[in-house]
Amino acid sequence: MVEPVAAEPAVVAAAAVDKNSIMSNQKILELRDIKREFRMGSEIVRALKGVSFDVVAGEFLTIMGSSGSGKTTLLNTLGCLDKPSDGTYLLDGVDIKKLGRNELAKLRNAKIGFVFQAYNLLPRTSALENVELPLLYNPTLSAKERKERAVKCLEAVNLADRLDHTPNQLSGGQQQRVAIARALVNEPVMILADEATGNLDSRSSYSIMALMQDLNAQGKTIVFVTHEPDIASFSSRTIMLRDGKVIKDSPNENRKSAREMLDSLPKTEDY
Amino acid sequence: MSFLNLLRIALRALQRNKLRAFLTMLGIIIGVASVIAMVAIGQGSKQSIQQQLSGMGSNMIIIRPNSNISAGARLDATSVQTLSLDDVKALQKQAPDLTAVSPMANSRGQAIYGSNNWPTTIQGVQPNYLSDIRQWPVADGVTFTDRDVQTQSKVCLLGQTVITNLFPNGGSPIGKYIRFGNVPLLVIGTLAPKGESAFGQDQDDVIIAPFTTVQRRILSSANSTIYVQNIYASAKDEKSTTAASDEISNILRSNHKLKPTDEDDFAVRTMQELINTFSSTSQLLTVLLAVIAGISLLVGGIGIMNIMYVSVTERTREIGLRMSIGARGVDILLQFLTEAILISITGGILGVFLGISSAWLVTFFLKWPTLVTESSIVLSFLVCAVTGVFFGYYPAQKASRLDPIEALRYE
Repeated sequence: MVEPVAAEPAVVAAAAVDKNSIMSNQKILELRDIKREFRMGSEIVRALKGVSFDVVAGEFLTIMGSSGSGKTTLLNTLGCLDKPSDGTYLLDGVDIKKLGRNELAKLRNAKIGFVFQAYNLLPRTSALENVELPLLYNPTLSAKERKERAVKCLEAVNLADRLDHTPNQLSGGQQQRVAIARALVNEPVMILADEATGNLDSRSSYSIMALMQDLNAQGKTIVFVTHEPDIASFSSRTIMLRDGKVIKDSPNENRKSAREMLDSLPKTEDY
Repeated sequence: MSFLNLLRIALRALQRNKLRAFLTMLGIIIGVASVIAMVAIGQGSKQSIQQQLSGMGSNMIIIRPNSNISAGARLDATSVQTLSLDDVKALQKQAPDLTAVSPMANSRGQAIYGSNNWPTTIQGVQPNYLSDIRQWPVADGVTFTDRDVQTQSKVCLLGQTVITNLFPNGGSPIGKYIRFGNVPLLVIGTLAPKGESAFGQDQDDVIIAPFTTVQRRILSSANSTIYVQNIYASAKDEKSTTAASDEISNILRSNHKLKPTDEDDFAVRTMQELINTFSSTSQLLTVLLAVIAGISLLVGGIGIMNIMYVSVTERTREIGLRMSIGARGVDILLQFLTEAILISITGGILGVFLGISSAWLVTFFLKWPTLVTESSIVLSFLVCAVTGVFFGYYPAQKASRLDPIEALRYE
């Protein structure tokens, strides 16, 4: 069931850029026979029926599947929002099963950067403050450091000129980039994106994917949950889920560049 | 999470909904302001009653004849005459805590000067009644002397109300003769104005004359030469009034040859007792006002709770997001609790200012006495903070127990 991950050239190249990674194929995620069951009244719904795979540093993984495939449950497990009923999940070497609610929160704060379909930015709050938000739950930083890091991350997503804009003053693509900056600000080991382009037009989607590819090239590990095959083609590896099981786990042979796709779009759309 | 970050997070959340935060605060502001203003009105009236009573002489002791049983029938106080001049002498000699003792004989009647007349009371006393017991200064002219008392001099001092009614055209009444009933009296002095007593009685509507003059020349009945209607005395100071009234009881009981089983045939009233009676009345008023105001504070607190519940529901996604980016349950709890406390404390501070200024306005426009006490400020402020914690806790707890997955998907 578990296909061994071949150390493909793209991953090795990306990981080499990551200064934090000591080994070229350091495992960020290790999932072993993950099962998740829910009790719905008298019925037991088995959302995940034994999922196993590894993700190494610098990978750009997409998890695909139609609705009901267990995709969301897997995402919640990966994001440490939910614990598996059975099986082991190691995030950056930490076994999730042994952690309590508060320790999970701390782990999310330190190791995971979430990007949601609906952006989930705080309304009437500037982009800068939105990006600073995860750092407020990290007591080791001073206010000055917080601001510096938030500004740096907004610069990384090309929003240096929109620091004081509130979400309703930004386009969907810009809002999602603020959300990505927020995901980056705590320097997580993994960016976990949930249908991050689901609410965006194709142009904004490509621009977000181009940004993701840039971040990946800089060594960020990205796990991207989507149901669009189009989006999956930008990643380095795709896992297909069906009925709570992995049915396909393969590297992408011909990975597309989102930037090229963006450039190929007709200019007239840029209004 | 550090306290500063907590404060920052809560402040930013409140800033996003300024109007709502203010309206919620308004409940607390009105609650605190009404507690402070109401207590200020209550305390103010208490203080002014106390001051008026003290103005009558807080050391003053009044001894009246008490109802007595005569041939099986209980007689009312006015018709009984049990106090005599002997009693006055005994008190003067034997009571160490009394500084001054004066008998009083009074009579109501018509005071006449020229074509003007005025119904008033004449009080016959000894000179020490004005100087020591009532501490009532003479405004103009002189007071009478002990010699005037011995000789039954036909002299008197007029209170301000009597002056305005007998001498409506102004001009000094001193040296003029007035008549009280049939008795002509030379006006030798005028009394300083004293205003209304705590009972709403005009204290200036009085004529003061030597005791014997009133006793012999005006009352002049057979009994009036032996008995006195009242005895006024003055204790050394406020503290010794109780001791003094005990001494008076003992002396009078032995003087009247009462058996231990007999009831007192006299009554001793100290001003201190009156002050206490009135104080407790206005204390009750204060408590009632404070209770009413406290209820409005409670309503304000419920307002906070309501808004915090609405806020938790409305911000479910925000809570989910905060949890997903690393907020622990306790962080969320503290955030919402801090928001509630910030609302109530800020409301409390504004309420204190509003309360003080409305108390001031009441004094300014309605002329009611008010007294803002520190205790009412401290108390309402504490109640406020407690309100914030109490009413903020349950919504905050609800928020902290949300499941991040469901909260994130909440529509």
